[in-house]
Amino acid sequence: MIEWANTIIQGVLTGGLYAMFAAGLAIIFGIMRLVNITHGDLIVLAAFIAMVVIEATGFNPFLCLIIVIPIMFAIGYMLQRGILNYTLGDDLLPPLLVTFGLSIVIQNALLEAFSADSQRLKAGTIETSSIQLTDGLSIGIFPLITLITAILMIVGLQQLFSLTRLGRAFRATSDDATTAQLMGINHKHIFGLAMGLALALVAIAGVLMAVRSNFDPSIGPTKLLYAFEAVIIGGLGSLWGTLIGGIILGVAQNIGAQIDPGWQILAGHIAFLIVLVIRPNGLFPRTRDD
Amino acid sequence: MTEHNENTSEIRYKVVRSTSASQVGSMIGLILLITLVSLPYWGDRATIRLFVEIFYILALAQMWNLLAGYGGLVSVGQQAFIGLGGYMLFIITINYGVGAIWAIPLSGIICALISLPIAFLVFRLRGHYFAIGTWVVAEVFLLGFAQISSLGGGSGKSLPIAIVKSIADSRNGRDAAIYWTALFVVVATITIIYLLLRSRHGLALTAIRDSEEASNSLGVDNFKAKLLVYIFAAFGTAAIGALIFLTKLRISPSAAFDINWTTTVIFIVVIGGIGTIEGPILGAIIYFLLREPLSDFGTWYLILLGATAVIVMLKTPQGIWGIITKHYDLRFFPVQRRLKLKSHE
Amino acid sequence: MNVLEIENMTAFYDDFQALFGISLYIEKGETIAAIGANGAGKSTFLRSITGLVKNNADKFLYKDKTLTGKSAFDIVALGIAMVPEGRRLFPSLSVEENLIIGSHQRRSGNWTLERVYQMFPKLEQRKNISGTALSGGEQQMVAIGRALMSNPEILLCDELSLGLAPIIIKDIYTALPLIKAEGVSLLVVEQDINQALAIADRIYCLQEGQISLSGKPNELTKDQIAAAYFGR
Repeated sequence: MIEWANTIIQGVLTGGLYAMFAAGLAIIFGIMRLVNITHGDLIVLAAFIAMVVIEATGFNPFLCLIIVIPIMFAIGYMLQRGILNYTLGDDLLPPLLVTFGLSIVIQNALLEAFSADSQRLKAGTIETSSIQLTDGLSIGIFPLITLITAILMIVGLQQLFSLTRLGRAFRATSDDATTAQLMGINHKHIFGLAMGLALALVAIAGVLMAVRSNFDPSIGPTKLLYAFEAVIIGGLGSLWGTLIGGIILGVAQNIGAQIDPGWQILAGHIAFLIVLVIRPNGLFPRTRDD
Repeated sequence: MTEHNENTSEIRYKVVRSTSASQVGSMIGLILLITLVSLPYWGDRATIRLFVEIFYILALAQMWNLLAGYGGLVSVGQQAFIGLGGYMLFIITINYGVGAIWAIPLSGIICALISLPIAFLVFRLRGHYFAIGTWVVAEVFLLGFAQISSLGGGSGKSLPIAIVKSIADSRNGRDAAIYWTALFVVVATITIIYLLLRSRHGLALTAIRDSEEASNSLGVDNFKAKLLVYIFAAFGTAAIGALIFLTKLRISPSAAFDINWTTTVIFIVVIGGIGTIEGPILGAIIYFLLREPLSDFGTWYLILLGATAVIVMLKTPQGIWGIITKHYDLRFFPVQRRLKLKSHE
Repeated sequence: MNVLEIENMTAFYDDFQALFGISLYIEKGETIAAIGANGAGKSTFLRSITGLVKNNADKFLYKDKTLTGKSAFDIVALGIAMVPEGRRLFPSLSVEENLIIGSHQRRSGNWTLERVYQMFPKLEQRKNISGTALSGGEQQMVAIGRALMSNPEILLCDELSLGLAPIIIKDIYTALPLIKAEGVSLLVVEQDINQALAIADRIYCLQEGQISLSGKPNELTKDQIAAAYFGR
């Protein structure tokens, strides 16, 4: 019994990380109707950038975020304004195929620069410390920090979208980019900022992921699928739904792993497919028609 | 001399499909076909195997193009059917004694049936999310098949020698049999797609692709049309997958459900020209011409491919064939109907 | 001084030509009406002025600045605001947020949230509801208020009366003189000829992408206008 409680708790904590993967993806789709296939590879890119920064500065992973977040923001802004803005429109082929091509470029560029070796970021004792709840039930400090970060991220995004001038501009542009222009909003700049924001979130998620587990240039697509599944399970258009979706995915994976280690990832996919069958719009969809 | 009243000139029109280019093209195509059929008699083993690969890659590309370029269903998970078709061939030849060559279309049919519940799942998603959903399905197959120990689990299974030998007695005979099968598959694929697009169904597809709303209001059943395309593509892709793993003589989950199948196919279709039959042919030629000299460069070759696809999609979304048709009105596979005006003399 | 001067404007949608050489001017403080049948090019013309449709002109001056080639968001920042056809409020924003976003450019001037609520008191009562949950007439008020929040010098109004009941249209049009009194120049596009004639200092009539008639309402006869409107 305790084992199962442990499984679920670990799953919830893992889900926090998945929710962070998903948050950036959800924002981009919400504002631009763009699904960025490079999303997972950019998470990996952030991890590698962090690795380089840490080697150069000797910072610990948390501190290096001060440098990595602005770098990823800038990459996101330039990626959007330099390439992706030109793919936006009614046809869904260009953004899909362009981001697919970019995914191949990024994966192989990372492979070329860093080899296929598995890497890991070190954060010291915090990686393994835990709080003992009861006999056989403990919560890792680092996974807990990850979950709390995810929750703060979602809260922060909610505040941004509902209370700030930029958030209003995001919402207006996502509703109707043409009329937003009539408000004096530079939609191209807004899209750039949105991608920059998404990649800033990706930076945090990538660094936390890289401390928690090994990474190498090829794991991007898997992270993309997790992010995507978390968004769909939670429901399009709902940030809290994305958090719940991530948690459900994490729990499903852990339950699968408990049954048989080889079933971990498969269990997550199956949970996604089940939700797709019984609730195609996700668990907490916004009523707005996308 | 009869007098003509200028006010009563009639305009007649006829619907024309073939172009002079297509008629010349037919001649060239015939000569090319005869040359290809004869290859096993004068080509060396490596060349024969290369052409088998060209044929099945091109056939896969045509199927993906039908689904995405004409059907508007962009799937990045067609490798699900490639692998399914491959495994199905192994299953029915090993366990049920079906002849190796006949197992190819039969695998296709079985997998087309399996595609029904899959369609039920993925059609719940639209647009970009549909694309990624198809990828998830492929991953489920990859992970799932790795768990089936009777099929070799994660390390896979080899085709028993008895079945290999049943294709033909000699190695050369087997190479030739597989070669001609592959040639037949790619010619059949292109022919069926061409005929499909020239038919009423093809016109419906083009209408849906151009405007779902408009075609709906004209009575085209969008959902049914898309479902039929999906099932047909599943059949074709699975049959080709069966062929592929017959030639490889060995199957494993990571080879069967590899995303690289889709990557290669997408590059070919995008760079060649999406939404035309000529485009993937041109794309395949370019792909294989580049691969021979460049594949030694591994990652740089893939970076080049990816960057090329990105640039083509940004600058010339109609692909290289699109550039050619802009300057020269060439259509080897005319699938549009054009109105030709004829005035009464 | 002319606050807007356009000479020989042409506009294209891809290969299709929509405007064939429109010339028009607005003096400061004037109310101009542009009338014409459906498809005459009125909306295209307004959208060209506001930068949403690519256009070319021998002259396209806003005060002393040339607007040719400028993006819509730059043109709004300069002081030309539009009340778009069909209102086009933002569903994700509340009524109040729809108004506030009109001032995204932060141009200085007299129009504030309070003044807009003064002009349209009904809106203050419903300020937290989603913009699109209101009736057609109320949405039109929000759209006008939203445009005013950018403190424009020129206000372009595209088919204010479209889809609205006559009594609502009257209500909306009583706001225009108040706006005009603040020194805002108005370019009003209308299919409803009577409203247009009632408020305009001068009118232009469009037909198939060209100006077919222009002049002061009291100097033009009904027959002249009908001929220019319908084309025969």
